[in-house]
Amino acid sequence: MRPILQINDVSRTFKLGGMFFGKKIAAVDQVAIELPGDKPQIMSIVGESGSGKTTLAKLILRLLDPSSGNIVLDGVPLSAYGKREKRKEFLKKVQPIFQNPFTSFSARKTVDTYLFETALNLDVAANKKEALAVVTDVLKSVGLEYAHIKGKYPNQFSGGELQRISIARALIPKPSLIVADEPVAMIDASLRMNIVNLFKKLKDEYNVNFIYITHDLSTAYYVSDYIATMYKGNLIEFGHARNILNNPSHPYTELLLDSIPRVGKKWAEDVLQPDFENKQENEAGCKFAGRCPYAKEVCHSVQPYMVHLDAEHKVLCMKHNDYQTGNMAYVHHNKNHSDSKDNSRSISG
Amino acid sequence: MLRLNQVSAQYNMLNGYVKAVDRVHFDVKKNEIFGIAGESGCGKSTLLKVMYDLISYPLEISHGSVEIHSQDKNGQTRIHTNGNIHQSWWKVISYVPQGAMHVMNPVARIKDQFFDAISKYHDKKDKKELQAEITRYLQELELPPEVLKAYPHQLSGGMRQRVLIALATFLHPDIVLADEPTTALDVVVQRGILTMLSAVQKKMKNSMVIVSHDMGVHYQITNRMGIMYAGQMIEVGPTEQIFNNPQHPYTKMLIHALPKVGDNSQKEGIPGTPPSLREPPKGCRFAARCPHAMELCRISDPARVTVGEDHYASCHLLDYGIGGGNQGAAYLTN
Repeated sequence: MRPILQINDVSRTFKLGGMFFGKKIAAVDQVAIELPGDKPQIMSIVGESGSGKTTLAKLILRLLDPSSGNIVLDGVPLSAYGKREKRKEFLKKVQPIFQNPFTSFSARKTVDTYLFETALNLDVAANKKEALAVVTDVLKSVGLEYAHIKGKYPNQFSGGELQRISIARALIPKPSLIVADEPVAMIDASLRMNIVNLFKKLKDEYNVNFIYITHDLSTAYYVSDYIATMYKGNLIEFGHARNILNNPSHPYTELLLDSIPRVGKKWAEDVLQPDFENKQENEAGCKFAGRCPYAKEVCHSVQPYMVHLDAEHKVLCMKHNDYQTGNMAYVHHNKNHSDSKDNSRSISG
Repeated sequence: MLRLNQVSAQYNMLNGYVKAVDRVHFDVKKNEIFGIAGESGCGKSTLLKVMYDLISYPLEISHGSVEIHSQDKNGQTRIHTNGNIHQSWWKVISYVPQGAMHVMNPVARIKDQFFDAISKYHDKKDKKELQAEITRYLQELELPPEVLKAYPHQLSGGMRQRVLIALATFLHPDIVLADEPTTALDVVVQRGILTMLSAVQKKMKNSMVIVSHDMGVHYQITNRMGIMYAGQMIEVGPTEQIFNNPQHPYTKMLIHALPKVGDNSQKEGIPGTPPSLREPPKGCRFAARCPHAMELCRISDPARVTVGEDHYASCHLLDYGIGGGNQGAAYLTN
């Protein structure tokens, strides 16, 4: 079965400052992810603000073009969909859900017009009557009734209801991928789980894959099949959600997990906080080296590479390869330990 | 010590009143961190404004009073009540507002913002002496003294929040109020800020009130907490008790709805939405969403019931000594 989504070494750089002396910043830096397509999946992208998770989402939604690399959706590269022509085909495949439901709807339009326009524009329905059937149907899937939203404006709904309506809108063309950027950040704790449960339910009902972008690791753990952790533009860890969160392999994922204010487990009091607001970026080596408790000299000077811990779990950290630099050293290392359990590890990139 | 006596506060709008805080009654003791939890629009920020005496149109106190008991230099107990609390801002009570991004003057250096806020209350006449003292205090909190020369936009979100906390605690006030001190910050930075707040409190042995919608934050650093729903304080108690033995159905459902890493059980949110504070319903305000609601709940206000040591909740089910279970409903119908 071919993967539903392949992100092949995608980078996106932004230029800061002057025409000639500006600085280039890689918001997304050589990210490679493959999402299996045998059954619908929910993949979470987690990371702190500025880690590039929203830029990656924009690349998948074609709101931005990658500077290098390409993204393949269900066997078709995104570049095959032109800017104008085939735009409709693209929107039938991929749909977004945004963070703030109050700003994603215009205050001067009734919310049902969005649903009807999506149904009519994307050729899901030929006329208003057919559209009504489609709209009623998707609203039912998210637990709302058409009679309840008919002719109402966004300010007449709560945030939770509006977010349900935007999910319903995204479902209209029966897309194969929905990209949700922090969909529950603006929603209260008592209602948050209702929305998150909806993703789980719709995944099977509509056979749709979700990319769930969040900084909240607890909901990510609850809802997702796969988790991708990002740090300063790099993908630093990818794998099964259970694997990653029960057994984090990258020191940054470990730090993130330790920092969640959990109920039931208090923080250790005497933990020494690394200098976590160090804005200085390490140009040569690992970007996390400055904050990393396991960093050795080599981490500051050599670019880290992906280490595969098993078939799907991979991590961008040399600690898992005994701080060996480069491929040669690694091969050598593996020869000597060909019987050890390490031999399942290999190197990509 | 800070005491709220059945305080009600409302916003006077042109077409009616929004009753944001309704007969809230609790104490904040000396040497503790008190947490206030609740969803957006439940009145927790308004309650904090009432405690800080930051009352201006359209907000008004319609009932009850706020009292702060503090000791002055000679060891005499002074009582400040609402209306004159603002005379003791910074010295007796200080406030860390929500959104460190927007509350500082963008065109003044941090140093000048310190002088602005503090000089009036400080006995040091000499600016240099005062600056030395501020530098010493920042070092005590492990903040680099260079921040004094910086403008707010040159600092990261987390650093700005730390500076605000340093400013609010510089004169060692008896009570520090913090409104959502860590929203919009990353978890790693959030942990640093919360650790700092709790370390400052331990050192000064004063009272701290922290408002947050995140139950995890309350579990981590508060000693006692209160849960607000639709303007009312529905449950108050020691944090451990609230999490291990919640009594009000809303508290129970709220705690049950929290997803946890490592927990694979199915979680359910609470159905429905909170009532409008413009015309709050009669009786218990949670009745419309409560699975145990009875006839009585829609008619009369539940009274505050003592359910444990220093632990109170307002629910009709508790009137019968039945801990918020289904039996309560059965008891009534029989």
